[in-house]
Parts: sequence; structure tokens; C-alpha cells
Amino acid sequence: MRALIVDDSRAMRRIVGRILVDAGFEILEAGDGQEALDVLAAHDGDLPVLACVDWNMPVMDGLTFITEVRKRAAWRAITLMMVTTESEQDRIVRALAAGAHEYLIKPFTGDALVEKLDLLGLTPTTVGDLV
Amino acid sequence: MSIGHDAFTFVRELVRAESAIVLEPGKEYLVESRLVPLARQSGHASVDAFVADLATRRNPSTLRLVVEALTTNETSWFRDTDPFTTLRQSVFPALAKTRSKREIRVWAAACSSGQEPYSILMTAQDTPELSGWKVDMLATDLSQEMLDRARKGEYSQLEVNRGLPATTLVRHFERAGLAWRISPALTSQVQFRELNLVRPFPPLGKFDVVFLRNVLIYFDLATKRDILRRVRQVMAPDGHLFLGAAEMTMGVDDAWERVPAGRSSVYRIREEQRTCVP
Repeated sequence: MRALIVDDSRAMRRIVGRILVDAGFEILEAGDGQEALDVLAAHDGDLPVLACVDWNMPVMDGLTFITEVRKRAAWRAITLMMVTTESEQDRIVRALAAGAHEYLIKPFTGDALVEKLDLLGLTPTTVGDLV
Repeated sequence: MSIGHDAFTFVRELVRAESAIVLEPGKEYLVESRLVPLARQSGHASVDAFVADLATRRNPSTLRLVVEALTTNETSWFRDTDPFTTLRQSVFPALAKTRSKREIRVWAAACSSGQEPYSILMTAQDTPELSGWKVDMLATDLSQEMLDRARKGEYSQLEVNRGLPATTLVRHFERAGLAWRISPALTSQVQFRELNLVRPFPPLGKFDVVFLRNVLIYFDLATKRDILRRVRQVMAPDGHLFLGAAEMTMGVDDAWERVPAGRSSVYRIREEQRTCVP
């Protein structure tokens, strides 16, 4: 299973990536929404099942990225999770309305991310190894 | 015991590298209180000595214990998922067929900071067969401090991140400053009460569902047996008991039988025991 991490913070990509690798995912990375769209286009035959998407990024933000992904029928199977410091209720509602399947607010523990994967039916293989 | 600057800095960097949690200066007390048990277990006279040893040896399993001690205290919503799926898909619909008063009684017997009773109520609201029914919820705990927290219904960002679907968060919570407050519609349905499971229960009435999860593991066999016997006395004859995944009644109180239900199991009083509860 592949997961795409879309975040302009390299440190955040590393932290999320480590948790997802432990959960059995191969990782693709992008630093903004536009780069993430390019990554998806380049992997059209072998798409990630999950994208973890930051909200605030240069070039293209996460909400726009999610909206763009949801426009493409071929990308419907990708599960979209917003992972962001934006914690206002209306932000969560907007992200869900745009097509995000889940919403995780930073900061979070590894357990919290794994529990979100569980909710999304993307059950990890090695929960016990996570922090 | 107290924690020095160097030890705090090491732990702070470790936790930041291994999780997304940043321990701000001022959290020394938190680090200290969480690491004291680990320091004692490993025979160190102080947290500083324990951390200094850790920084030298960098034993992976000890490093992981330290990170866990500082990051995994939040109780999850819908903890373990399966019991709540079982409630929604089989236990609640079965009760809806057999109860004529359109009311069910539920006891969360070690409710801690409240995630479990509120998760049960949210599950009841998501069960079509219980639409228009009253759920009478009793939530008890040994700790008055925990009961106060649960009653208040306010949870930190880290706490609402744990196992709560985003749709459920926006439906049942609202922002209260930096925290999230559970809706009054839910808090008003729960009666919170201090109760020590080891002592004889006060009059509680009969329950259709009892959650007694991850509590028995802390007691010796005789105490477990006594608690399970007294739970039978407050259980409706066809009631359902939920235990933690690592807990069972077999060999403890065999008046209960384990019944597979979905991906988990529930415990029910054996047919022949239902009329002669001691």
C-alpha cells in the first residue's frame, strides 16, 4: 500500500512517514498541493490508497488539493485525510465538505494517527511498534 | 526526585523526534512525574540518573517506554472499535426487540474521564433501532477528580484526536477556547457517581448493558470473582456484559458464558443461572 504525504515541512513529512512506514505503507512525498497533483499524475497506474494533507502550504493549499482530487473520477479511491494545525470547527466542516474523509489536528501522537487509519479501514500491520 | 535541565532537554528532543509532541519548557513536572516509575523500576535513584543512563546506552526498548510514558495517556474514544460496532449492529437492535418501555439502562463501570460513556451514547444515537428511545446511562469511577472531568465534558485537542471520527467531532462537540466541549444533549444523559468496585454496590437497579473493560486486570482472582458475582446481581437476566480484550470470565465466574458477537464477544448470564443469582 502506498501513502502520499503532502506537507511543506520536511520534519512533518518525516514524522508522519515513519508512522506510516511502521504501519506497512510505502511513502510518496510532496511539498505542496500542486506537486502532489503531479505526483499522482505520475503514479496513475499505481496510485496511493491514502493521502495525508497539510492545509497551509505555498503554491497550492491542502483544501484546493483535496477539491482537485475529488474532481477526478480516476482518483476516487484515494482516501484523503487532512493533517493540520487548523483546529476551528468550520475548517473541519469545510474540509469534510470538500471531500476529506478524516481530519487530524496537529500535534498528535502516533497512536492517534493509527486510530484514524483504523477508522478509515486502513488497518496497520504493526500497531504495537508505534509510539 | 527532580529533573535537571540536561535530562529534560534530552527527553524533550527524544519525544519530539519520535512523535509530533513538543514538550514546552515548564513541562518538567510532567516529564518527571511520568518517568519516576520507570526510574524506580530500573533501579535508579533519580530521574536524572535514569535519563543519563538512557542517553548513554540508548536501549531501544527503554527509549520507547519513555516516549510512550509521555505520549499515551489519552483515553481513546470508541476504544478498540469492535465493542461499539457490536453494540450498534447486534446488542442494541436485540434489546430494541425485547424491551417494551423504549428505554435501556447502561452502566459504564470505570468511566475514567468519560470517553467510554459518551462513546456508548453516540453509538446509541447512530443505531436506527433505538431512534426515539431513552438511554439511561450510569457512569461510575473510583476517582472524584476523573468524575469531575467527565461531568464537565471538556477535552483537549490531543484527547479529541484519539479515535474520534471527524464527523462525530463536529456533530457532538463545540470549541471552548483551546478545548472541545461535548454537547449538553449528551452530558445531560449521564448520571456520574463515585463507586468503588471492590466494595458492595449501593442500590443500582438492573442494567441491560454493562461496560467493565480493562478494570478486572488490576485485581486478584478472588476480587475479580466477587466483582463479577455482584455485577450479575445488577444485570437484567438477558443483559450483556463487555470486558476488555484481555479479560474473560472463564475460570473466574463460570455463571457467565462468552457469546461471539461480530468481531468481539459479549458475556451473558448462563440460562440456568438467570433465576438463581446468589
